[in-house]
Amino acid sequence: MQKWFVPAAVVCGLMFAIAPVLIAQAPYESTMGLVQKIFYVHLPSAWIFLLSAIVCGVASLRYLFGGNPRHDRTAWAAAELVVLFGAITLITGPLWARKAWGVWWQWDVRLTSSLMGWMVAVAYMLLRKYGGPGSDKLGAGLALFGMANVPFIYISVNYWRTIHPTTNVVPTLPTSFGLPLWFSAVTFLLMFVLLLRLRVRLEEQRSRLDALYLATDE
Amino acid sequence: MFARIVWLVLRKDFTVEVRSLEIAYTMLFFAVSCVLIFAFALVQEGQAPEGGAAGILWIAIAFAGTLALGRTFERERQSETLRALLLAPAARPAIYVGKLLGIVALLLGAEMILVPLVALLFQAPLLSRPGWLAIILVLGTLGFAAVGTLFAAMLVRARSRDVLLPVLLYPITVPVIIAGVRATAALLQPEVDASIIYFWLALLVCFDVVFVTLALWTFEPLMTD
Repeated sequence: MQKWFVPAAVVCGLMFAIAPVLIAQAPYESTMGLVQKIFYVHLPSAWIFLLSAIVCGVASLRYLFGGNPRHDRTAWAAAELVVLFGAITLITGPLWARKAWGVWWQWDVRLTSSLMGWMVAVAYMLLRKYGGPGSDKLGAGLALFGMANVPFIYISVNYWRTIHPTTNVVPTLPTSFGLPLWFSAVTFLLMFVLLLRLRVRLEEQRSRLDALYLATDE
Repeated sequence: MFARIVWLVLRKDFTVEVRSLEIAYTMLFFAVSCVLIFAFALVQEGQAPEGGAAGILWIAIAFAGTLALGRTFERERQSETLRALLLAPAARPAIYVGKLLGIVALLLGAEMILVPLVALLFQAPLLSRPGWLAIILVLGTLGFAAVGTLFAAMLVRARSRDVLLPVLLYPITVPVIIAGVRATAALLQPEVDASIIYFWLALLVCFDVVFVTLALWTFEPLMTD
């Protein structure tokens, strides 16, 4: 384990302890009130959801055309984080939507493409777990197709009307809202890096163990 | 050379299929049962739900397509004929295109039966504009089969391939299903708005181009052990 890991984990834990205080101290939003506080969890987890999907896609592409198992391990670890952060996003989203829009779910661009992206990641995990030998290449192919799929889902659903706020909202936020948001975004980012590192390390050790077993068999 | 290999693979698949007609019959029966189940579930007191026909047609195509894809490659798995095919001194993309065209032809054949059946059971004017419907069906089937052929070919060596094929295929082919259903539904309106159909057709064409290109590009590295 690298030297930075334990201190970083401690910092991440501390930040997770401080974040609720900052969120509680942030002012109430005028129209939505208390329920708007979900925003500080929903948006950062959605960003990290997207980030892990990009990491998974890029690593898969490099594995498919380079063949280095290191990239495959990164892709697998990132796919699991897509599922984790996607689940947080997809649970906090409807909770907020129920209060803000009056409905749990809307077939809107962001919601649909997030759900489909999340489903591709779940399919990836099922494949890796139950696919047996050869599923690493297949998984890389799936991730690649999943990435190519996003613009199509985006265009096809964009044709329908939307009520989800756009990304233009973030830069216009006043500091009182912005500070807890960015704080929790950094916290989530740190957690992402730590989990990714931990998961990749697990895979590294697993493959080293496999190699040792093979060596003793010979 | 490329076209010749495509033709040879296509002819081989066709000859094997014609001898038993196993996939054609089972897939067709399955698709018809699917439509009938929908009819039992949704048609009440002789009244079909409004706008249901387009969705049911595409669900039946997607289900039957999955079955056909799985069976086609299951046949290649027995006695390792897929390996033999890949060992042949032929361009891998040509083998892929041959397989793809075979599946598309099979599905288009099934649609010839499905379309009148859905039109009949759900009282939908599906056949009033056959030209448009044919274009939508060909483009949609091509997109669905382009992804499906690649995935089914890759899954040949995987464990639990029967379950994994729909699990992998459906999330990826969602845009095709959306575009196909929306375009068909637009066609069923009393007054057809051509701009809506053009929009979905354009989306289907883009999807087909991107996914066939991507499949041709990745078939080689994906099918290499």
